[in-house]
Amino acid sequence: MKKLTGIILGTVMAGMLASTAIAADNIKIAFIDPLSGGFAATGQDGLAQYRFAAEELVNKTGGVLGGTKFEIVPFDNKISPKESLIQLQVAIDQGIRFIAQGNSSGVAHAITAAVKKHNKRNPDKRVLFLNYSAVDPALTNDKCNFWHFRFDANADIKMDALTDIISANKDIKKIYLIGQDYSFGKAVAAAAVKYLGQKRPDVEIVGNELHPIGKVKDFTPYARKIISSGADAMITGNWGSDMVGLGKSMIAAGFKNPMYTYYAASTGITKIFGADGKGPLKLVGEGQINPPASDRADAYAKAYKAKYPDNDLGQPRIANVIEMLAKAIDKAGTASDMVAVGTALEGMEHDSIWGSKILMRAKDHQAIQDVHIFGHTDEGVAHDFDNSGFGLKVENTVKMASADSATTCKMERP
Amino acid sequence: MSLLLVNLLDGLVTGLLLFMLCSGLTLIFSMMGVLNFAHASFYMLGAYFAYQISTYVGFWPGLILAPIIVGLAGALVERYGLRRVHKFGHVPELVFTFGLALLIEEIVQFFWGKSHMAYEPPALLNFTALTIAGNGFPAYKVFMIFMAMAIFLVLLYILTRTRVGLIIQAALSYPETVQNLGHNVPLVFMGVFGVGTALAGVAGVIAGPTLGTFPGMAAVLGSIVFVTIVIGGLGSLWGALAASLLIGWLQTFAASYNIVIGDVLVAVGFPMPVNLDDSALRDLWTLTVSQIGPILPYLLMVLVLVIRPQGLFGKRET
Amino acid sequence: MSVVKQDSAGSRIANPLITVSQFAPWFVVIVFLSLLPVIFTSGAALTIMNQMAITIIFALAYNMLLGQGGMLSFGHAVYMGLGGFFCVHLMNMIEYDGLWLPLPLLPFFGGLFGLVFALIIGTFSTRRAGTVFAMISLGVGELIAASSIIVVVFFGGEEGISGDRTMGPETFGLDFASQLEVYYLTAFWLVISALAMYLFSRTPVGRMANAVRDNEERAEFLGYSQRNVRFISFCASGFFAGIAGGIFAINFEILTEENLNLATSGSILLITFLGGVGFFVGPIIGAIVFTFLQTVLSLYTEIWQLYLGTLFLLTVMFFPFGLTGLIAMHMRPYQLGKISLLVKPYLRMAIPGIVCVLSFSSLLEIAFHAKHAAIGEEHMSLFGFGFNSYNILLWLVVLVLSIGSGWLCKRLAVGVREAWDEANFVEPRS
Repeated sequence: MKKLTGIILGTVMAGMLASTAIAADNIKIAFIDPLSGGFAATGQDGLAQYRFAAEELVNKTGGVLGGTKFEIVPFDNKISPKESLIQLQVAIDQGIRFIAQGNSSGVAHAITAAVKKHNKRNPDKRVLFLNYSAVDPALTNDKCNFWHFRFDANADIKMDALTDIISANKDIKKIYLIGQDYSFGKAVAAAAVKYLGQKRPDVEIVGNELHPIGKVKDFTPYARKIISSGADAMITGNWGSDMVGLGKSMIAAGFKNPMYTYYAASTGITKIFGADGKGPLKLVGEGQINPPASDRADAYAKAYKAKYPDNDLGQPRIANVIEMLAKAIDKAGTASDMVAVGTALEGMEHDSIWGSKILMRAKDHQAIQDVHIFGHTDEGVAHDFDNSGFGLKVENTVKMASADSATTCKMERP
Repeated sequence: MSLLLVNLLDGLVTGLLLFMLCSGLTLIFSMMGVLNFAHASFYMLGAYFAYQISTYVGFWPGLILAPIIVGLAGALVERYGLRRVHKFGHVPELVFTFGLALLIEEIVQFFWGKSHMAYEPPALLNFTALTIAGNGFPAYKVFMIFMAMAIFLVLLYILTRTRVGLIIQAALSYPETVQNLGHNVPLVFMGVFGVGTALAGVAGVIAGPTLGTFPGMAAVLGSIVFVTIVIGGLGSLWGALAASLLIGWLQTFAASYNIVIGDVLVAVGFPMPVNLDDSALRDLWTLTVSQIGPILPYLLMVLVLVIRPQGLFGKRET
Repeated sequence: MSVVKQDSAGSRIANPLITVSQFAPWFVVIVFLSLLPVIFTSGAALTIMNQMAITIIFALAYNMLLGQGGMLSFGHAVYMGLGGFFCVHLMNMIEYDGLWLPLPLLPFFGGLFGLVFALIIGTFSTRRAGTVFAMISLGVGELIAASSIIVVVFFGGEEGISGDRTMGPETFGLDFASQLEVYYLTAFWLVISALAMYLFSRTPVGRMANAVRDNEERAEFLGYSQRNVRFISFCASGFFAGIAGGIFAINFEILTEENLNLATSGSILLITFLGGVGFFVGPIIGAIVFTFLQTVLSLYTEIWQLYLGTLFLLTVMFFPFGLTGLIAMHMRPYQLGKISLLVKPYLRMAIPGIVCVLSFSSLLEIAFHAKHAAIGEEHMSLFGFGFNSYNILLWLVVLVLSIGSGWLCKRLAVGVREAWDEANFVEPRS
């Protein structure tokens, strides 16, 4: 009985796995991110942006290697490290050599370690890991490896840029740091303490605390504490419902000072803050969407919205990933030798559609680019988020942020 | 001192909100002997229905209509789902509600997607009622307190002063005797389940605008609700009220004060390790109370169950 | 194995634990497992089969509590997770501190760690069964899962702890770098653990666990401490869960908070129940079906969890003994020699049944696509057919198909029920 079920299921499984592995000439990029469950909104947004970027920036302009096209193959990792490793294996089995992932640094750590081991154990089937969003600094420091490339500015770089702006504002004398209790939240807090100490020793950090991730039902007590501390500004790395909860509680409790955030936009968040967030809500990140950097960027954003009206260009760096990968493949002249493609990507300079220059630093595979401080507003926003009329508009820019920052990475090249 | 007052008020709001969920759950438990794992899912449905209604006709009709729809849905689940599973025993019943919770989350995502919904408090209540030392207390929260109080009083009146309440109480303890007296016990069960889930729906309608309306809102609250009624004592309305308030204040105060465990240990007399970064216990020394605030209820529950398995106010052991 | 130890009260056993004829199926399983990689050679298939094996061991361990002991746990992932974390630490000690330990023995140490932890928690959680046990398991599960984020030294925070399995001393010339070697190691532990758990269920302690599950008071009157019986089952279950954790550590080389949290604990409950709690093979079938659906179905549809949830609810409502119970129901007509009576109505039911399932899922997929897909992407494909998801005619056809086949199923169900009664009818002896 058990045996029979096993055979039937096994046969079906083999059939289904085989049917997905139809050999095509396209260069496939595996998109391994949450497509179901609580974090799926971000994953679905990312997938739409990848598909659009591959179509607009590569396939419509003649492809790579003289006509080969990009194809994005989605894999649902349910934001679980275990499922990510299974899907990674499935992707590799289908002959996919490029892995894109971004949501959750925990998953990124699992994938980068697995890719490193896989490439060592299977030199004929090596893969590259294109990390477009996971910003834990460790990934390009202690845990760096040749196969991992990060296209987003990491948490340290963003904080470096943010504190540049804060230290120019003499009104800010007291700052409150609050974040989620895990590696990223701790990295944000540590970077803030470090950079504020260097740039503005007179600023007092009146609070530095972590709360359990995804477990706080009501942020009101935290908001009370922050307001009572007399803080002139708040910095948080919170994302998802923790960001919404914290921000709403702060506004409801009467906080009028700037709230510097990493992820308070898109996937419903912009719509929820609406008019309440105008003024206090700021965001640090890359990718200038408003005002559009060029006519080309404007047209790209308009075309995207026309095709995906319910999604946002929340992660503009995805366009850079696709363009830089296409360039690297063309330069290497191959899409199957990962050492060649990786070497081509190292040290690459690229003019982004969003107006910034991008340098993929060879010593740690961290992209160096312009980092902006955005304001949440409805004025002068050509491309809004969540169809709410509100969006992010560049207020300050730090050119090529942290270009000469140190890294503990000891890159081992194959 | 003034912060203490604000925290007391905030804790009261959290506690009363929790009580709205617990009151229905504890009624359902004492009647059917099953912990309804999907209870928080009905709370989520309440918020989503009310949001949908509010986009057409505003907040106030949603406050009435959404709980009614949720209650009807709950009654249907009882009639066609739970009643069928009931005859297989308690474990399948519990597993049924467990699966139902997962399914409701999926259904919500199917219709409303995965993002947060922009469900807002009504404009009428969108002002600051009072300000204590720079901390604003929104009028909407005052409204929440009065709503919860009113529900508790009405429930207490129905259960202790009316004929329906007497039948319910009798059916709780001696279902067969009550049936023999000519009352329709299955109908009473269905009614209680419907009312219990409707109460959860009310909680969802009024909590949605402040705590956020998103697919994970049931999971965030889900197990805390059981913890509360277990601490309070299964089947006890007063116990549910006491435990809800206790947990509301516990969580509020834990989040409000930055007490570092290391300081407490030093105060008690333990020596601080010289080189903290190399110490195997470094995580313990740097821990703050606000970091562990949300898991304190679980700790409390395990302690209560080990010491007094029937809960604080419970009369019988389960 | 220590767990197969016999209880002193029941030492006068006439029957051996296992007979030759009972061992025969195990032999078939061993041959089958060793042949599987010959049929499925791809790395992904091996990974999925390993994942199934881990889930099977875990589900069997869980069923020692739920099915055999009547204890409902909402936090059993803790024992598997802690065993796994311990094994990754051992792996790192092998790599960096020169600890000499052959990799194939690692799961045993994971089991020991699970056992030690079960001993600690079991002293207070097994004092009572029922709701008290369930709620304590929930509380302990939440506490451990939450501390996994806080206690970075042992659990590594959110990114978890990772290791490298190939750094240990070679065993029989194997370094376990390839998936195939890991598969055989996993299969070896699967057979050993499943056999040990099977034998445990046949010891007097295992039998007493059933007795305590069915009637605590009666077991007490027979002279058995219900608490001790529960405690022993609980510890044994923790041990085997720890073994599953050890194999997980070898396979994935990483453990994270996910291995401890409520979602994992909940899904093992679903798996066990889906397969059927009353049967030894139940959890095995549940684990295979669930892993298969989770890994493969999610490649094809975004709303796979909706299907899984529906399947699960329908199982609880209509087949409370799970998928295995559904198969076992047919043993009686088979023994009566009347199984042939059922073939015809089943076949008649099959066509509208399949149409009903397919058309209903098509309806969901089309609705989901129409609601969430990009503008201009009105084209979708389903079961190899491509069409426009906004086509009203298509909606009508699928709607009519699902309602019509559903109605037909309901009508045919009467015939099936009659045939079923007939097939189970024993002629009274005159």
